[in-house]
Amino acid sequence: MKKVFGRPESLTKVPFTYCPGCHHGIAHRLVAEVLDEFGVRKNTIGICPVGCSVFAYLFFNVDMICAAHGRAPATATGVKRLRPDSIVFTYQGDGDLAAIGTAEIVHAANRGENITVIFINNAIYGMTGGQMAPTTLVGQVAQTSPYGRDPKTMGYPIKMSEMLSTLKGAAYISRVALNKPANILKAKKSIKKAFQTQLDGKGFSMVEILSTCPTNWGLNPVEASKWLEENMIPYYPLGEFRTPEEVV
Amino acid sequence: MGEKILMKGNEAIGEAAIRAGCRAYFGYPITPQSELTAYMAKKLLKMKNAAFIQAESEIAAINMVYGASATGVRAMTSSSSPGISLKQEGISYIALAELPCVVVNIQRGGPGLGSIQPAQGDYFQATKGGGHGDYHLIVLAPSSVQELVDLTMDAFDLADKYRNPVMILGDGLLGQMMEAVEFKERPKVNLPDKSNWIITGCKDREPHHIVPFDLDPSVLEEWNNNLGEKYKKLKENEVRYEAMNVKNADLIIVAYGTVARIAKTVIQNAKKEGLNVGLIRPITLFPFPEKIIAKVAERVKKFLVVEMSMGQMIEDVKLAVNGKANIEFYGRTGGVVPSPVEILEEVKKYL
Repeated sequence: MKKVFGRPESLTKVPFTYCPGCHHGIAHRLVAEVLDEFGVRKNTIGICPVGCSVFAYLFFNVDMICAAHGRAPATATGVKRLRPDSIVFTYQGDGDLAAIGTAEIVHAANRGENITVIFINNAIYGMTGGQMAPTTLVGQVAQTSPYGRDPKTMGYPIKMSEMLSTLKGAAYISRVALNKPANILKAKKSIKKAFQTQLDGKGFSMVEILSTCPTNWGLNPVEASKWLEENMIPYYPLGEFRTPEEVV
Repeated sequence: MGEKILMKGNEAIGEAAIRAGCRAYFGYPITPQSELTAYMAKKLLKMKNAAFIQAESEIAAINMVYGASATGVRAMTSSSSPGISLKQEGISYIALAELPCVVVNIQRGGPGLGSIQPAQGDYFQATKGGGHGDYHLIVLAPSSVQELVDLTMDAFDLADKYRNPVMILGDGLLGQMMEAVEFKERPKVNLPDKSNWIITGCKDREPHHIVPFDLDPSVLEEWNNNLGEKYKKLKENEVRYEAMNVKNADLIIVAYGTVARIAKTVIQNAKKEGLNVGLIRPITLFPFPEKIIAKVAERVKKFLVVEMSMGQMIEDVKLAVNGKANIEFYGRTGGVVPSPVEILEEVKKYL
């Protein structure tokens, strides 16, 4: 009998503690499958953030270091510069990457650090109970935008992939989503391309992954996936914003 | 007998670090230490298996040190007062993760943007933690450019031996001055094996985690207790100080760094006037040389603590003296460096 599906080697046997319907579980598995397919698990170092996925160190079966909030790209830089032959990835949420960590992600991309960033964008702060994120949509209600995000005082949601793709050091930038199987398959392809970029030594790679947060959106997982499709994707278009072939 | 080279303090630190095997430096320009950042750029950018980055901020720099140190490499960052404030969260992470690293603070006047002139206003920040949580840096206070060299090299060994961040607490005067230094042959130190915790890829082993975090309070309490045990060992084994003319002194000056070297002139000048003044110069500010101060306080009943601050180390002196002697304070701040004349005037008030 042929084994057609199983737990990737790059995931530990620890059951995920994420909420039901949370897309972290899918994102973790896709990253782990890619690491397995490249056969690099034993040469990989992951940097987990502050946020729900602080616990990623429990779930990824690789060396892991937990970075300060927002600083994962800097910590990853420190690791990769001293271990250029290791595969180094960060896994960050939208508060971590697009609020407190804005400087670090911009400069890691600008320097062309040869790391891969997995950016989980669920338009909210999950771990701390549902506050507004830089990527929260206009009108979206959150703990700190209780009357809906008002662009006049709170600014507009930030499109990180578009922004970072203006930097020459960024070799591969893409945005994907996990709200339905077709998107999940595309997401995996993109994650694979990102790690391929690192393996080829071509520079900075990032995959922005639109994800749901049913708990803090106040929706069940099915409704949440629908909400993502109808509200997030129109604002955050899926696609590749920068690919290695474009890099001069 | 080694060759003596005339070097600027900041650059001497850099050369010492390189010779001590530092292969990762991440920093940001800030007066009065930018020459150190530039020196590390000059050296490390030409070396293989080494990294130099002028980071986007002092925050990014300390977090790069965190990553580099986790891979087992000797890593360093440097800054001056306001920049050291920025690094505090990162240092707190490094302390709990028990990673070795060296942080150099070439102090300037504060608070706020302050001044670019030398000061000692960061003593509390350096010795009482600085960042959040119960932890300590090993803090070394050089008093000459030669000591900048020797203590920087010691710092890397201490950092590895104790798996602890080490701070070199200098000031703008030391950083900018030029003195002759010798890079002496150093005895070999037996350092602990790092291979059971560094993150280098989990080949032939289980994955390592560097995670300064635990939701279970009993676990975090245990980690804190472990740190406490480590600091106890530091207090037992690594205290350093210099005692000068203490035996027959009627008054002891307690001072460190730049102020201590000025105090040595004060002692000489006092002698010419028939006054017997001694000096206790802490070289480790953490662990603080409480025992020698307590011992001297049995006999000498007058202490004058001199600092380029509003009075910070004086609190540790008072704790060590524990009421057995009278402790006075003389300070200059804002970047002002006291002269031997004014310190002697102050001494005379008490003799």
